[in-house]
Amino acid sequence: MKKIGVFICHCGGNISNVVDVEAVAEAVGKVPEVAFSTTYDYMCSAPGQDLIKEKASEHGLDAYIVAACSHNLHESTFRGLAKEIGINPYQVEIANIREHDSWVHDDPQKATEKAILIIKSVVEKIRLNEDLWPIQVPVTKKVLIIGAGIAGIQAALDIGNAGYKVTLVERRASIGGHMAQLSKTFPTLDCSQCIMTPRMVEVANHKNIELLTYSEVEDVSGYVGNFRVKIKKKPTYVDPEKCNMCNKCAEVCPVEVDSAHDEGIIKRKAIYIPFPQAIPATYTLDIDACLGLLPIACGECVKVCEPKAIDYDMQPQFVEDEFGAIIVATGYELYPILNLQEYGAGRIPDVINGMQFERLVYLNATTGCGVRRPSDGRVPKDVVFVQCAGSRDPEMHNAYCSRVCCMYTSKHAMLYRSAVPDGQVYVFYIDIRSNGKDYEEFVQRVREDQGVTYLRGKVSKIFQEDGKVVVWGADTLTGKKVDIKTDLVVLATTMVPSPGIRELATKLKLNVDEYGFAQEAHPKLRPVESLSAGIFMAGCVQSPRDIPDTVSHSSAAASKVMGLIASDILERDPIIAKVDEDLCSGCKTCISVCAYDAREFNAAKNVVEVNAARCEACGSCVVACPSGATQQLNFADSQITAMLKAILSEDEHERQARF
Amino acid sequence: MNVKHDFEPKIVSFLCKWCSSAAADLAGVTRLKYQPNAVTIRVMCSSRVDPVHVLQAFRHGADGVFVGGCHPGECHYQVGNYQTRRRVILLHELLSGMGISPARLRLEWISAAEGAKFRNTMNDFIDSVRALGPLALQR
Repeated sequence: MKKIGVFICHCGGNISNVVDVEAVAEAVGKVPEVAFSTTYDYMCSAPGQDLIKEKASEHGLDAYIVAACSHNLHESTFRGLAKEIGINPYQVEIANIREHDSWVHDDPQKATEKAILIIKSVVEKIRLNEDLWPIQVPVTKKVLIIGAGIAGIQAALDIGNAGYKVTLVERRASIGGHMAQLSKTFPTLDCSQCIMTPRMVEVANHKNIELLTYSEVEDVSGYVGNFRVKIKKKPTYVDPEKCNMCNKCAEVCPVEVDSAHDEGIIKRKAIYIPFPQAIPATYTLDIDACLGLLPIACGECVKVCEPKAIDYDMQPQFVEDEFGAIIVATGYELYPILNLQEYGAGRIPDVINGMQFERLVYLNATTGCGVRRPSDGRVPKDVVFVQCAGSRDPEMHNAYCSRVCCMYTSKHAMLYRSAVPDGQVYVFYIDIRSNGKDYEEFVQRVREDQGVTYLRGKVSKIFQEDGKVVVWGADTLTGKKVDIKTDLVVLATTMVPSPGIRELATKLKLNVDEYGFAQEAHPKLRPVESLSAGIFMAGCVQSPRDIPDTVSHSSAAASKVMGLIASDILERDPIIAKVDEDLCSGCKTCISVCAYDAREFNAAKNVVEVNAARCEACGSCVVACPSGATQQLNFADSQITAMLKAILSEDEHERQARF
Repeated sequence: MNVKHDFEPKIVSFLCKWCSSAAADLAGVTRLKYQPNAVTIRVMCSSRVDPVHVLQAFRHGADGVFVGGCHPGECHYQVGNYQTRRRVILLHELLSGMGISPARLRLEWISAAEGAKFRNTMNDFIDSVRALGPLALQR
């Protein structure tokens, strides 16, 4: 008979304030195979681990259960400890009596009874656990980063500089992301381009970084250490090697569309370069805008292209490669004004979002054209900024705080005032959230400006009247209704995840929350890892954040990834499927349910074997097997049945009373 | 039948490691309270839940069985949850034939980010099984 130890953690009151841990220890101690049970303040602490060590040797334990927090936190801690003691790590199990019990139930008696059932069921599992040894797999020392904004670029440079190979994939024609669109950055008023473009050039020239722009991830398979990824490189119809950036093609192109980089403030041609510093430095033909890839349809660009760089016959290319880890850095977009009915839903031309204002300021700074409003090109004499447009509004829009808007709005106020010194600014705010380094000082400086009026309150309605935009709001500090007729309104719209994140998340098995933001493995302790091993996140894909926080987050993701791929071998849990060849009839049902091609028919033996390197340990073939020949190691049918019985155990008289 | 008014249902819940069990963890971390009637068996994938296990649970005194998986298209094992869905549909038919209300077996998709959904689903399922009363199986 196996000798099992049960170690119950108080978790400093997190468990013991609700669950009567001593009563639990006593109750589970009565289970025949439990040789020893005890409690301790913090099992994960050094004295707690010493206690396990000491009692394991004193009682000659073959296996032990730690009844404590989630598997995701300390399963590896206590399995690692088992190795030191000389117990097989797979003879260690966690019974989660914190997240699944003491933290979610108030009634101490019921929580205690539940803890006993949880532990008893795990005793039944561990009773039948086999000794197992981890499966060792080699690690591909190459990293895929999806998204080449500042988050992806930072992570790529960190990893590339450490000597590992990186493939950086960007959906748009140029890398740089939103940071390349900004005019200035708060609170230092650095020119965004000036600090961003050197990074972009560094990425482009880096010997360890392969850049795939205008490309999207098509398919992902495999597992941590060995992902296999298919990337689609969309045709740009321009050979970047030949293009000499002469701009003649764009000059003759008859089609004009809104420039996405300029947020529709100005137009671009169907053949274009997104912005002058774009990387790669080449033109791209926008096939959706082009009149047609035929000389008969238009063909003007081909005629004027001296280096013959334009190729109408360019086809999509597919790149397939293997990676040890993947970083998702797909960033954000702004909540569409179309969704904001109360603010005109995009029908009022002089109601714009923060990024559009950013481009107005940028274009003024670079061309001296003046900060001009979209409707009639006049320089606005007054501007109303509306913060929390679509954020902190759980009833109508998004419940969360977008985190950067308070700061960029005060920056906008400052930039506008320096461009239009006699202009008047009004800022509607709920609270000012300026909790970064030097942020509050920056906001104070803006507020001291006589031309800037901060109004605490929400705007209820925005509409057009006599060429002006009318803003109705409330000043909650004076209790008065505010009615401002203004030239321009800038909405600080919420950051929301990039379009397409849900499709990508599905390919990557990345969990996303109700808004589409990536879910980290632990909200505090594992902020860059996802629950899928080997998939990491960097920047606004996880939640709204500003540039310094994004850079920190990305470097953190990069260091986690380097920690992973630095080792030559990864160990995988060996809890895979196993076949009893005497029972297997070779019916091949298991092959049809296996998503990993891990079941292989052996014609000589007439059995279906398991490919241990491919098996991902889901257990679906075990259920599909009609003869019971397949079992999952340490998740055998006998174990699950025994666990069920333990959970449902009750005294016979209690049962009779129920019927 | 002598139904006690203070009937508390016994429920077994099978939660997959990647989504629904992680959602239960998140409910814990955010201290979302729910009724304590269900005890979890954590499996790697909902597709590891054998229909036999569900029937065994009812046979051994469960008043309800809950199965939690990842959302369709988001299964950590690509298609495991689709297999579970088919199995649960068949089980519902089978349970009806046996005189057991199909409402006693519930399958839900709960992602690792949906702690609140886990709490609400648990409370709702426990309430509905309590309303059905104890499962009277002749042994």
